[in-house]
Amino acid sequence: MAQEQPTALERFVNGILPENPVYRQLLGMCPVLAVTNGMKPAMTMAGATAFVLISANIIVSLIRHLLKPHLRILVFTLTIATFVTIADRFLAAYVYEMSKQLGPYVPLIIVNCLIISRCEICSSKQGVGVAIADGVGMALGFALALASIATVREILGSGTWFGLRVMPGVWPNWGIMVLPPGAFLTLGLLLGIAEWVSRRRSERAKSSQ
Amino acid sequence: MGERQEKRDYLAQAWLVIVLALLYGGALATVQTALSGRIAENKRNETYNVIPDLVPGADKARTAEVVVVGGNGKEVRVYRAFSPDGTPCGWVLPSSGQGFADRIELLVGLDAPCSVITGVYILDQKETPGLGDYITGEDFRDRFRAKPTAEPLVVVKTDPRTETEIRVLTGATISSESVSGIVNAAVRNLKGPLLGLIESQVSPAPETRGVETPSSSGGS
Repeated sequence: MAQEQPTALERFVNGILPENPVYRQLLGMCPVLAVTNGMKPAMTMAGATAFVLISANIIVSLIRHLLKPHLRILVFTLTIATFVTIADRFLAAYVYEMSKQLGPYVPLIIVNCLIISRCEICSSKQGVGVAIADGVGMALGFALALASIATVREILGSGTWFGLRVMPGVWPNWGIMVLPPGAFLTLGLLLGIAEWVSRRRSERAKSSQ
Repeated sequence: MGERQEKRDYLAQAWLVIVLALLYGGALATVQTALSGRIAENKRNETYNVIPDLVPGADKARTAEVVVVGGNGKEVRVYRAFSPDGTPCGWVLPSSGQGFADRIELLVGLDAPCSVITGVYILDQKETPGLGDYITGEDFRDRFRAKPTAEPLVVVKTDPRTETEIRVLTGATISSESVSGIVNAAVRNLKGPLLGLIESQVSPAPETRGVETPSSSGGS
C-alpha cells in the first residue's frame, strides 16, 4: 500500500521549522558557514538558493513521469546545474560586487544537498503545486537559518546589521565572529538552542497526554 | 543480438537526458548572450577602478584603451595609464587562463617601458575556498610586484632566491602556478607589440576614456 504523501500546506510548513534544512536536517552547511559573516551575502545566497530550489522542483515535478530510476540523479544534477549557472550569471550582471564577494560559493549551490534531496523526496513524486510549496517552504527555512546566523555574527563581529550600525560606538567588535571560527561557534550554539526548544516541546506534549 | 538490443535500450532510456541537455544548453546560451555585455562592462569598470593600484601614479580618468595585436596574432584590448600631468606611466594587460577549478581572469600592471611588473589583480576566479582563493589576497599579489619582465617568472616552494622567483601559496600550488603562468603568457604575448607601439608613436594623453587603435600595432 502506497504511503500517503504530505499535502502542499504540510510541505510548506515543514520546510520552515519542523524540517528546517539547517537546524533539523543539517543540510547546506557549506554556505551556512561560509557566507554568514554579513546579512547582505547571506540573503543573496538565500535568494539564489531559493531560485534554484523552486525552479528545479518545478522542472523535476513536470517530468517526474518520464524519469528512469537509474537516470534520475543525472537529470536532477543537470537541472540544478543549469539554474545555478543562470543565477550565477544574473548575479555577475546585476549584483557584481556581491557576486565577487560570494565567489565560488554560488557555483557550489550545485552540490547543496538541500536541493537534490527535495528533488528526490518531493518533486520527483508529487505534482507541481506541492513541489512549489515545498520549494518555497524549504527556501524560507534556509533563508531563516542563514539570517539567524548572519544576524548574530554581523552584530557581534561588526556591530552592524545589513551594514547599518546597531551597536553603540563603544562596542568592541568581536573579530572572531566574522572569521570561520565564529561561524562554527554560532552554528553550534544556535543548533543547541533549536534542539533544546524541540526537546522541551516534545516533553511537554508527552506530559500533557 | 542481445548486446545490440541492450545498446538500443540505453539510447531509448537516455532520450530525456539528451533532450534536457539540448534545452538547457540553449537556455544557457541565451542567458549568456543576453548578459555577457553587462558582465563585461562590470569588469571594465572594475579594471578602471584598480588601475591606480596596478600602476603607481596613474590617473584612471586619463586612461586610454588600446587595441594591439598580440604575439599570438589575436587582438587584445589593453589599458594605457597616464599620470595626472599626461605622462605615460604604464600599462594594464588583461589576461586569462585555466586555474585549478575554473578559468582565472587577471590584470597585469607594467611600467611605461614594460620592463617591470607593477601589480597583479585577480578579476575573476573560482579556486578552492580557503586555499586557492588566497590568490586574490594582497599578500600573494604583492609577490609579483617589482619583478622584471625580461625572464619568465618561476614558482618555488621556498623563499625566492632570484628576482624571477615567486613563492607559492601553501596548499595551493596549482593555483599559484596558474597565476604565474597567466602573467608570463600576458607578458610574452604583449610586451613585444607594446614596445613596438611605444617606438612607433608618441601619443598625447587623452582627456577621458577612449579607444585608440594604433596604425602599426603588430610585430612581436
